[in-house]
Amino acid sequence: MIPRAKLKAQKVDAAGALLDGVALPEGGAWITRARKAARERVLEMGLPVKRDEYWKYTDPRRLTDAGAAPAALHDTQGEAPVFGQIDRVKLVFVDGVFDPQASDAMDLAGVEICTLAQAGESDLHWARDLYGTLEARGQRPVERSLASLNTAQAREGLLIRVTAKAEKPISIIYHRSSAEADAMVHHLVRVEAGAEATILENGPLAARFNQVMEVDIADGATLHHVRAQGRDHERAGVAHLFARLGARSQLKSFTLTANGALIRNEAVVWLDGAEGSAHLAGATVGDGAFHHDDTVYITHGAPRCESRQVFKKVLRHGAVGVFQGKILVDQIAQLTDGYQISQSLLLDEDAQFLAKPELEIYADDVKCSHGSTSGEIDPVQLFYLRARGLSEDTAKLLLVLAFLAEALDEIEDAGLAEDLRDRLEAWLARRA
Amino acid sequence: MLEINNLHCELEEDSEVKILRGVSLSVKPGEVHAIMGPNGSGKSTLSYVLSGRDGYEVTEGSATLEGADLLEMEPEERAAAGLFLAFQYPVEIPGVGNMTFLRTAVNAQRKARGQDELSAGEFLKLVRAKARELQIDAEMLKRPVNVGFSGGEKKRNEILQMAMLEPKMCVLDETDSGLDVDAMKLVSDGVNALRDAGRSFLVITHYQRLLNHIKPDVVHIMSEGRIIKTGGPELALEVEENGYGDLLAEAAS
Ligand SMILES: Nc1ncnc2c1ncn2[C@@H]1O[C@H](COP(=O)(O)OP(=O)(O)O)[C@@H](O)[C@H]1O
Ligand SMILES: [Mg+2]
Repeated sequence: MIPRAKLKAQKVDAAGALLDGVALPEGGAWITRARKAARERVLEMGLPVKRDEYWKYTDPRRLTDAGAAPAALHDTQGEAPVFGQIDRVKLVFVDGVFDPQASDAMDLAGVEICTLAQAGESDLHWARDLYGTLEARGQRPVERSLASLNTAQAREGLLIRVTAKAEKPISIIYHRSSAEADAMVHHLVRVEAGAEATILENGPLAARFNQVMEVDIADGATLHHVRAQGRDHERAGVAHLFARLGARSQLKSFTLTANGALIRNEAVVWLDGAEGSAHLAGATVGDGAFHHDDTVYITHGAPRCESRQVFKKVLRHGAVGVFQGKILVDQIAQLTDGYQISQSLLLDEDAQFLAKPELEIYADDVKCSHGSTSGEIDPVQLFYLRARGLSEDTAKLLLVLAFLAEALDEIEDAGLAEDLRDRLEAWLARRA
Repeated sequence: MLEINNLHCELEEDSEVKILRGVSLSVKPGEVHAIMGPNGSGKSTLSYVLSGRDGYEVTEGSATLEGADLLEMEPEERAAAGLFLAFQYPVEIPGVGNMTFLRTAVNAQRKARGQDELSAGEFLKLVRAKARELQIDAEMLKRPVNVGFSGGEKKRNEILQMAMLEPKMCVLDETDSGLDVDAMKLVSDGVNALRDAGRSFLVITHYQRLLNHIKPDVVHIMSEGRIIKTGGPELALEVEENGYGDLLAEAAS
């Protein structure tokens, strides 16, 4: 057992070494202030290590190493692109760097979009007030210093302000061109009172990525977020979603992950106003050298809010799935309705699912439930399908998709859900 | 069509449990055979061994469909060869739509038989027509396979699958159980509509009443893993009147 003080010193030293001689990105006054403060947070907290309670199931080394390990580019030849049939505004990043040539015009009624680089030099009040703010708030009670590192160092990202109901989705696409790129991307999203938008993200991003999205959803506003994290196997990455919800506002976030040597998706959500609603869902398919971690922290800080977490993982050939999900209900958050389910389907005996569901409740009149299960394909269902003439592979594919359906059903837009379901089916059929 | 010869099986996980102890029967094309017998006599096990469910070890005997060795085949190969089992307990599959399931099954079998797959339009037309005959509404087709179906709906769904897959050899395991008179009539009409010179049926039932609707050519009585008596339709009536007691005693003596 390493004493706490010694562990902390190691973490802090590692942060110091990583940032030693690394300059902050160029930018205007307000963003530089925010970056400096974030840098201080990193140096003070140190970098995560496997011995941290919060990293018990996931070794962060590949995320904290000085450079990115190379990751082969997945060949998408012949595959239908994700969201390909959806009418959307496309904003393209290559290896984590915005590519205006490949992108559509940032032109969508009721939505203001610019890049982080542009924003740093201008005086966007909403962005100034948001950048790094939710990330900093998210450092209590659990430290997430990789997100602070991102706030300090990210040069790339989009600032999206929604002032009305956007008529089509804003689609962020992450292509890769280099086997070694180490990318940091930081997005800000502000949905003004009563406004509504859908943000799509898809693609593998980079050999290694550190992504932060800070989302501020004002009273009565709605944000749909649907993400598909690409298929490249050897990637490592961490994504943080920090979201603050005002009264009667809604967040629905869904993530599909297929493959990745190490992917950790954290979602930190504050229900700050009464009657807010936050739904987080994820569908994951992992095969072989795959480690996927969903870590969710939802704070009910106001009465009559609802939260829902639905996470499903299909794992085989040694793939590892992790789920850490917490619902914290503050004393004033009476009549909270909290639901959490995490399930894994283990296709063989080598696969592993580690789950840590947690409830912490200080209000007395709440409804909270959580469940976690691990199972295999039901042999009776499998036989029934085969007895009707389905091959074993096809029958298993149907059952796997059926297992994941409950998570995909969390996507409100049927067209988007169908698109992801079709992609998933095609990917799985290829690997059968 | 179906030839079963001295078929023996035991439980795979416990070879002490011998279930089938020498079943022999021969179903000719176009014939309807009934198997009756008390609970636990091995009727469902016979249907599972024929269709290839895991968990049973065949230790002796054979089963062939049009000369092909069923016991050597995977379940889906048996289906493609023309065998169909209407389950005593149809399985619920949450998350798999009934339509998706049916279309996948029909096309998988067509492919295995070297036929062209049905287009979405052709399939829809066919399934709607057959569903109407069985009074299965569109809502039921949209739902996940057997989830939330009543007992009668599940059985009708089995017959719908049978009608869509057009098998040669249909094994119906207690398709009458849990059905009221009207549902029994629907299901029997569905089965009778499929009767054909080239198609045979093995109707497993505990009670005679189903056989008033689906008239058998041959009736077998099964007990303790054996066929103990074979006769015509009158054998079913005898069971109806006197129960299995006399027949079992007769066989034991
Ligand atoms: N999987 C099994 N595990 C244990 N016993 C079984 C299993 N399958 C069948 N049996 C036993 O085999 C016998 C025959 O069962 P079954 O074929 O279901 O009879 P029937 O359909 O005629 O009522 C029963 O005694 C039953 O308990
Ligand atoms: Mg039975």
